[in-house]
Amino acid sequence: MNTHPVIQVENLHKVYDSGEVRVHAVRGVSLTVETGEFVAIMGASGSGKSTMMNTLGCLDRPTRGRYLLDGVDISGMTKDQRADIRNQKLGFVFQGFNLLRRTSAVENVELPLLYAGVPAEERVKRSMAALAAVGLAHKAASHPNQLSGGQQQRVAIARALVNRPSLLLADEPTGNLDSQTALDVMGVFQKLNREAGITIVLVTHEPDIAQYAKRIVVMKDGQILLDQPVRNRRDAGKEMAATVNEIQVEALLS
Amino acid sequence: MMLSVLKIAITALGRNKGRSALTMLGIIIGVASVIAMVSLGQGAQKQVKEQIASMGTNLLIVQAGSQRSGGMRGGAGTSTTLTVEDVQAIVREVPAVAAASPNVSASTPLVAGNLNWSARAEGVDISYPQIRARGVASGQFFTEADVRSAARVAVIGQTAATQLFGGADPVGQTMRVRNLPFRVVGVLEAKGQSQWGQDQDDTLVLPYTTVMKKLLATNYIPSAYVSAVSAEATVEAEAQITALLAARHGIRPGQENDFSVRNLTNVAETAAETSRVMTMLLGGIAAVSLLVGGIGIMNIMLVSVTERTREIGIRMAVGARAKHVQVQFLMESLLLGLAGGLIGILLGVGIAYGLARTFAWPQLISPVAVFGSALFSMLIGVFFGYYPARKAAALDPIDALRFE
Repeated sequence: MNTHPVIQVENLHKVYDSGEVRVHAVRGVSLTVETGEFVAIMGASGSGKSTMMNTLGCLDRPTRGRYLLDGVDISGMTKDQRADIRNQKLGFVFQGFNLLRRTSAVENVELPLLYAGVPAEERVKRSMAALAAVGLAHKAASHPNQLSGGQQQRVAIARALVNRPSLLLADEPTGNLDSQTALDVMGVFQKLNREAGITIVLVTHEPDIAQYAKRIVVMKDGQILLDQPVRNRRDAGKEMAATVNEIQVEALLS
Repeated sequence: MMLSVLKIAITALGRNKGRSALTMLGIIIGVASVIAMVSLGQGAQKQVKEQIASMGTNLLIVQAGSQRSGGMRGGAGTSTTLTVEDVQAIVREVPAVAAASPNVSASTPLVAGNLNWSARAEGVDISYPQIRARGVASGQFFTEADVRSAARVAVIGQTAATQLFGGADPVGQTMRVRNLPFRVVGVLEAKGQSQWGQDQDDTLVLPYTTVMKKLLATNYIPSAYVSAVSAEATVEAEAQITALLAARHGIRPGQENDFSVRNLTNVAETAAETSRVMTMLLGGIAAVSLLVGGIGIMNIMLVSVTERTREIGIRMAVGARAKHVQVQFLMESLLLGLAGGLIGILLGVGIAYGLARTFAWPQLISPVAVFGSALFSMLIGVFFGYYPARKAAALDPIDALRFE
């Protein structure tokens, strides 16, 4: 394990300047995330959490301040360098799944490896292993439109994991899912964090989803309002088992 | 990596089969018409060249002018001032001339055994086969000694030979020309119809001395064949011959020449040049349709980039560099161009073949046009795919991911 924090943000500012309008989206945020953490970033729309997400995900560059990912300064990097960082150190899970249509699950998972220049044979092997880790090995050949929302999000998680990233970034991953499926997906995140030690940063506006993380960061007007560990942490695995029990009880009673 | 890119491109094009096919159609039509038009033009050009070659080697014809008696002028060839010595002087003194032969002809009845026929007898020198590009099929041409002695020997055309001797070999046989016995020494190569529909094989070739002394009893000649040293030299030869003959005939400046020199090669060259220009023109018009096909590719690729903005965003988010995205879209347009080009080649060759058969023209599939248009269609794919591909590569991943 490396000795650096996974994320080290110092006095980060982001200003969007479209000529006429200047929007100061992030105003001096400092944040450190250590390896193995599970952080939920919360906030209303306009709080700057999406900008934080884009910056942490190396999709965007900060206007001012430093951002070190795995001890490497991202702030001054070119587009191509950031593409390589995204490829090697980051995994993304989006609200809208963002899988390629009419492309099989395993080919979707392979995508980051393709741009990493991994040989075809190894790509398939590692992608199948990633799909197995999210319990979807049997759906490898299915196309996204043949999968349920929960299954699609699991494929997206497998894609985010396949390049063995230092950090998994999830942007409203349960936003398009019903509560049962959301529970299911949060169970996958908790399992990955607990069993594989994967560092996860999750952006959400739902307080009950944030309760599955270990630490909550609340943002408002581009600044951090609150940064604290989660009390009464929820366990998706246990809740699911309970739900299953309820269903079984109902089945017995009927 | 390239193999993966190729696979992705093929998959992407396969998803919109109808659209890909229609896009390729532009290139198909362009390439097919370039090949068909160029092949057609070159076929026509080849035919004209063959006609020039069959007429003779760099041929000029010197013709005696009109005879003047009082105020009356006779037709061309009636003047009696052109002589065998003039022809000899032309060969001797004009450097642009390779060979020359007097040409005295007479229509004459022919008899061989119990068959008779009538044909035009041409009296010429031994340089005739060279000048008119016409050798003997069997036997041999008459010799210089035959010319000197005005021998009664004849080289016979194949139509006349068939009429007089049936299927038998005429070489060594005797026939009567204006009641004089002649020995057949050779049979001319068949040449078929002239451009004007005349049977060029219904002829008889004799030494010019024989025609002049034994058949016509004249000492002037109505015309002469001249062969210049090259096609380009015909113009120069024409001028030099005109100057030489004017001097020999004592014609003063301002006075009308009593002869004329016609440059048939020049006329034919002009015809060949015309068909060459036509080929270029047709090919050029066809090339425009190829260009329009290329613009079709660009149009569809631009639509495709817009439609797939989200896909581009996803690819960039997982680590595709701008270059990767660009190569992917370039590969697609390259494939469209190449596939369209190959189908177009097949179609174009088919059309060229069909046209050549219909018009009974020499079929000439130009390898330059085939390979050129294959290469060009690929270049078109890359050229017209470049702008859309650049547009795709320049997308911002955040905007692209947000695109609905």
